[in-house]
Amino acid sequence: MTRNLILGTGLSSLVVLAALVSFIWTPFDHTAMDIPAKLQQPNGTHWLGTDHFGRDIFSMIMVGARTSIAVALVAVGIGMGLGVPLGLAAAANKGSWLDEIIMRGNDLVFAFPSLVIAILITAIFGAGAINAIAAIGIFNIPVFARITRGAALSLWEREFILAARVAGKGAARISGEHILPNIANLLIVQGTIQFSLGILAEAGLSYVGLGAQPPTPSWGRMLADAQTMVSFAPHLALIPGSAIVITVLGLNLMGDGLRDWLDPKLRLAR
Amino acid sequence: MLRYALKRGFSLIISLAVASLVIFFVIEIAPGDPASFMLGINAEPDTVAALRAELGLDQGKLQRYLAWVGGMLQGDFGMSYTYRTPVAGMIADRMWVSLPLALYALALSTLIAFPAGIYAAARRGKAGDMAVMGATQLGVAVPNFWFAMILVLVFAINLRWFGAGGFAGWDDGLGTALHSLTLPAIALALPQAAILARVMRSALLDILGEDFMRTARAKGLTRRQALWRHGLRNAMIPVLTIIGLQFSFLLAGAIIIEQVFFLPGLGRLVFQAISSRDLIVVESVVMILVFAVITVNFLVDLAYALVDPRLRSRT
Repeated sequence: MTRNLILGTGLSSLVVLAALVSFIWTPFDHTAMDIPAKLQQPNGTHWLGTDHFGRDIFSMIMVGARTSIAVALVAVGIGMGLGVPLGLAAAANKGSWLDEIIMRGNDLVFAFPSLVIAILITAIFGAGAINAIAAIGIFNIPVFARITRGAALSLWEREFILAARVAGKGAARISGEHILPNIANLLIVQGTIQFSLGILAEAGLSYVGLGAQPPTPSWGRMLADAQTMVSFAPHLALIPGSAIVITVLGLNLMGDGLRDWLDPKLRLAR
Repeated sequence: MLRYALKRGFSLIISLAVASLVIFFVIEIAPGDPASFMLGINAEPDTVAALRAELGLDQGKLQRYLAWVGGMLQGDFGMSYTYRTPVAGMIADRMWVSLPLALYALALSTLIAFPAGIYAAARRGKAGDMAVMGATQLGVAVPNFWFAMILVLVFAINLRWFGAGGFAGWDDGLGTALHSLTLPAIALALPQAAILARVMRSALLDILGEDFMRTARAKGLTRRQALWRHGLRNAMIPVLTIIGLQFSFLLAGAIIIEQVFFLPGLGRLVFQAISSRDLIVVESVVMILVFAVITVNFLVDLAYALVDPRLRSRT
């Protein structure tokens, strides 16, 4: 195990743990307002201080982790669930009209940054966490489709695939039984990267009001609330931002570490 | 080269046409009739009908799509539902904030990333490399809008070197305008610079192991000469790809950063339009953004072909 992998897994686990524990316990009710105790600096009672309504920031960060992780995880699920089969199908039918349609479709979706997709969805359905999931998820589809197709294409040239074809297996079965297990490592690494990008995207969308709506706590909206108070209560901005940085840093380090660990060739190449 | 450019140009037009279709019909799904929305719930049915006719909403979908695209080609984006002014003018005004901001950030990002990436690659495995890579790891993890808030806190509120927000406009001279765009541009650029520096470093490291680099060294070039004359040009392909991709991230990112600095750019326009259901503005801004992404990717493809002649024949 590399140092990156250990550090990254540690940081990510910390955030996941905070999110899971928040289901059964938080120091305070994250929605409970306590105006007399508003804008406190971190102290013994409120470990990370309180916001302008006197809500406990530590509790909000814990529950906010839930939102971030849920949105990013489902978005990666959408991207993988649709992108990987599309990529496999395109590779199995290389050069055919199916390949062409899938890849051109990918290019088209790629031209819509997730923020633009979110703007479109919000214009139609209004803001909400589901929109953020859909926007980031749709953006992930071509990412996974491209990487799957690229990796699968080189595998299709290999002899063990030829052997499988000689044995009479169809393209779909070969894709599922031989190609997919061989590109799983790559997909796991990409999944980690997209997960961390998803956390960032979710924070950005909630910050501009296109993501999770009150009372669902989210790190991005905590930052939006903090903006006008940053001059006299900087901790309101510093804490949620640090939570995002720690999570994304952890996931990126984990992704890098996983890549090195799963692929010994890369370890030497570095 | 010309044939390649024409071929790519043709697919550019197809992509733009399909993207415009998607945007138009997605906005079509949006509930609510703009005419009734503009006139309020107490409007007489024939007033609404008259306004619908005036806005062209009584025509068929295909007809309206063609009118929309035809209008855009002539620079006419239609009338804003809420402001009753031409959308093209509104967008043009805002574009003068968002586009320079994105370009400023792109320039900064490249200026930071190139030296950092080259430095790290040249000192691979040494302390300097580790420091640059550590910094980029952190840079990639920082949300740009949060970084923007920190910049405001430090450089605007505490040090008072910059204003905390707002835009001076271009009338007071280039210096004043750029000054008010500097903090936003830094906030946008740094996370992108981190990505670009990593790409630059790994592209150079890939190249350094190539046979032609060994040949260059064998014929007497120093390591540095070989890197400058042969390495950089070959490393430009992946770097150009990322710069192309980054431009769209920067333009989209500019929309978010504008919110931090209260800049009157496309971001402010589109968020106001969403809340006032001014769908024609949303539609047009989205089309402009997608147009920018597709066109930049087209230009990047052309730039590839210029850098690497092999690519001209391949497609």
